[in-house]
Formats: sequence, C-alpha cells, structure tokens
Amino acid sequence: MLPFLGIIQALGLLTSFALLGTRSKGAGPQWLAFQGLLCGLVPIIMHADGLTTQVVLLAIGNIVLKGIVFPWVLLRLRARAPYHREVVPFIGIVGSTLFGIPVLALSVWLALRMTPALKHAPFVMLVLSIFLIFVGLFLIVTRRKALMQVIGYLVLENGIFVFSAIAISGTLLLVELGVLLDAFVAVFVMGIAILHINSEFGFMDVDQLTALRG
Amino acid sequence: MSGFVSPVCALIFAPLLVGIINRTKAVVAGRRGPPLVQPYWDVAKYLQRGVVYGEVTSWLFRLGPVVNLASLAAALLIVPFGGLGAPLNFSGDLIVLAGLLALGRFATVLAALDTGSSFEGMGASREVHFAALAEPTLFLALATLARVTGSFSLTPIYQGFTATVWVHALPAVVLVAMTLLILELVENNRIPVDDPTTHLELTMIHEVMVLDHSGPELAFIHYAAALRLWILGSLLVGLVVPFRSGSFWLEGTAMLLGMAVLAVAIGAIESTMARYQLIRVPQFILGAATLSAVAFIIILV
Repeated sequence: MLPFLGIIQALGLLTSFALLGTRSKGAGPQWLAFQGLLCGLVPIIMHADGLTTQVVLLAIGNIVLKGIVFPWVLLRLRARAPYHREVVPFIGIVGSTLFGIPVLALSVWLALRMTPALKHAPFVMLVLSIFLIFVGLFLIVTRRKALMQVIGYLVLENGIFVFSAIAISGTLLLVELGVLLDAFVAVFVMGIAILHINSEFGFMDVDQLTALRG
Repeated sequence: MSGFVSPVCALIFAPLLVGIINRTKAVVAGRRGPPLVQPYWDVAKYLQRGVVYGEVTSWLFRLGPVVNLASLAAALLIVPFGGLGAPLNFSGDLIVLAGLLALGRFATVLAALDTGSSFEGMGASREVHFAALAEPTLFLALATLARVTGSFSLTPIYQGFTATVWVHALPAVVLVAMTLLILELVENNRIPVDDPTTHLELTMIHEVMVLDHSGPELAFIHYAAALRLWILGSLLVGLVVPFRSGSFWLEGTAMLLGMAVLAVAIGAIESTMARYQLIRVPQFILGAATLSAVAFIIILV
C-alpha cells in the first residue's frame, strides 16, 4: 500500500508545483485534471483490503468530476477568453515556485504534529493534503485571472478531499458527496460568472473589478 | 582491478555518446547523419593540426583546455559506473566531484575572457550564470541520494541502490532522476538550454567560449565535453538502472546499454524541443532545483 501512496504523493506534489509554475492557460486545467485523477485514487488505495460500493462510487464520482468535467469546463472557458497566458500574477512564477518549498517543509512539520491525533492516516497523504490546501489558498490569493482562481479553489478542494479520505472512516460517503456537490455547483456558478464578466467587459482580470464603481 | 573499469569505459566510449546523439537527431530529421564514430575522427583530425594563438592571448588561454580536460579526467576516478565502483572513494567525494566540474568550467571561462573578445565574454557570463544555479541543484540531488543510502561517498551510494532500496525510495528516486536529466542538459549545453550546433555567436553559450581554440587544444575541448556528458550521464543511468547483481559483465553491459538509451533520449529531446529564451533558462534550472528539494523533503521524514 505504501509504495503506491508514495508515488501518488510525489506526483501530487509535482502537479502542485506545475500549477504554481505554469504560465500558459492551457496547462492549468490539464495539470488540475491529472491531480484530480490522483486524488480520486486515494480512497481506493486506502480501502484496498475491503472495497465497498460507497468507496468505489466516491472515487469514480471524484475522478469523473475533477478529472474530466471541471477541467473540461475550464478549458472551454479558456477557449473563449481573449488572452492566452497569465500576464502578471501578483507574485511571479519564480516567487510562486520558491514559495512552494518552505510551505512543503511547513506541511511536513504540521503533519508530524498531527500524526498523534490521526494514527491511522498514512503520513505521506497527510503531507500532501496539507500542502494542497496551502497551494490552493496561495493560488486564489495571488492570481489575477478568475480562471486560475477557480483552479486554486479546486486544488484546495482536492486537499480537503484527500484529508477526509484518509482521516474519516465512517461517514465518508455522506460528507464527501456533499462536498462534491458544493464544488460542482460552485464551479458552474463561477464558470457562468466568469463567462458573463468576460462577454460584458472583454477581460477576466479580477483586479480590474474596482473599475465597476459608479 | 575492477575499479578501473569505469574510467576506462568512459575514456573509450564517451565520444560514442556524442555520435549516438548526433545520429539520433539526423534520423529524426530524415537525414542519414554522420557515422557513429565521427567524434573520434574529429578528435584525431584536430590532434594532427597545428595551433594558432591570438596575439593578445597569454598563458591563461593555453592553460584553459588542459586544465579542463585534466579536471574531468580526475573526476572519472571518483564517479562510479552503476554498481561498478570507482577506483577512488572517500567520504565527501561527491563534493570533490562538483568541485572538479566547476574547476574545468572555471579554466574554460578564464581562457575565454583572456581572448578579450566581447562575444566570448558574453558566453562566459552566461555559462557562469547558469552553472551557479546548476551547482546547488546538483548538491541537493546528491544529498537526497546520500540520505537514502546513508553514505557520503559516490561509490557506496550507487552500490547501495539495490532493488529493495530502489523500490522503497521510488518517488524520491524518480524526482532525483528527473533533476539529473535536466542537469545533464544544462551542464552540457544541450538543447533547451543551448544549441550545440548554432552558428550565431550572439546566441551561443558554450560554443562561443571556444571559438579561438584550434588544433590539439580544440581536440581536448571536444573530448572533455564528451567526458562531461559521460560523467553526468553515468550518475543518471546508475540511478535509473537498479541492477546490482554483483556480476561484473552483466552490470557493465546493463550500464552501457543504459548510456546508449540515454544518448538516444537526449537526441530525441533535442529533436523535439526548441531552445528556451535565455531569460527562461534560470526558471528551467529552478524547476530542477524544486524537484530535488521536494525529493529531499520527502525522504527526510
């Protein structure tokens, strides 16, 4: 079990750094799709000895939504956008990548502190989930374009999903389905909002929303 | 006696690596390409020629290629060839390796600056800039390997990579292997960083520094470049091929095959990728540093 989780952790960290360091708009949804796929595999590996329909349903739902539907929606949005790259984020891509390394160390430290409370949770996944939450928040705060902010939101969601998949054992399905539904609605609302802002003003730069003041 | 296999292999086969890369690029581009042994003929041809020195150059210019070749040849003595150990190993020889690589580069840079040509100074500046970023990355990658095997010497590190250790540390190994592949491209000025076949001085990095060398010194430079390719390549291949049977012939064959595959892979990368803008290269190296930093943090706990 552990080698698989180790590989998922490494690939998950890699996708996070790719999202932190990506310039082109097309790469964002693709890395997000890959990350969603990885996170969807976590519950299956965690419960590999006694697979229930609950777990399988949850994993399939997660993979379909975050690995296929959301990235597809985001790619469609991007196709309509008049620009092709994140022009100038508030923190440049070099700064973002460098930000990732101390935060990874911080995640390891936090995971070490949390281990006594979560004895059954595999350590590697704990690190990954905390790191994903940090990266998601960072993307939401530092990116100007709404598209990258939605991606940040979904990275955050992935982190919460992994955390619940390893920490909670009983009411997994109920909680997670609720969270998935929320994310589903949120992405569509955000997508529609971005589309309308874009078609109305011709840009998705959230920083320029102050221009709306009457 | 078996310790001397790795330097002898390197001395014999290093130019062949360059030949395989060039042949791969030619085949992908639809040409037949030069023969695989062309780099050997090139070196032999340069060795027979006379030397021309510029009037403004001093002894530093003549020292450059010699020190470069000598430091890389010395580095061969501590670089293991997969499970086949190096002739010398002592605690901390991985730092000596980085030092020898840097010494060779320093000599080349001094020789380039000694000519007083503005192009060569520009190339030297870029070379040193990228090398300054690549060296800590190499240290991070080697530190990860040292942590996995619990040893501070290259030969025990690479002999310690048995199949069980390898599987246990797989994520970190993969990340370090990716770092080493990027370093192989950066240190040897291969394509996403520098185009070894370019003919425009303004865009050159390494090639522009050796424009003024001729005759046997040019042969030294070409041969040393092949050795540098071999040294970093054997660090990568030794990590990716976890084949520690103890049988001398099996391991040697596996490593040589691995080196050939690496050469084909580099040729494929060079054929399919375009050069990065010069300002993007530091970001590329930073990406490699990030990979090895992640590997180090993963393996630390």
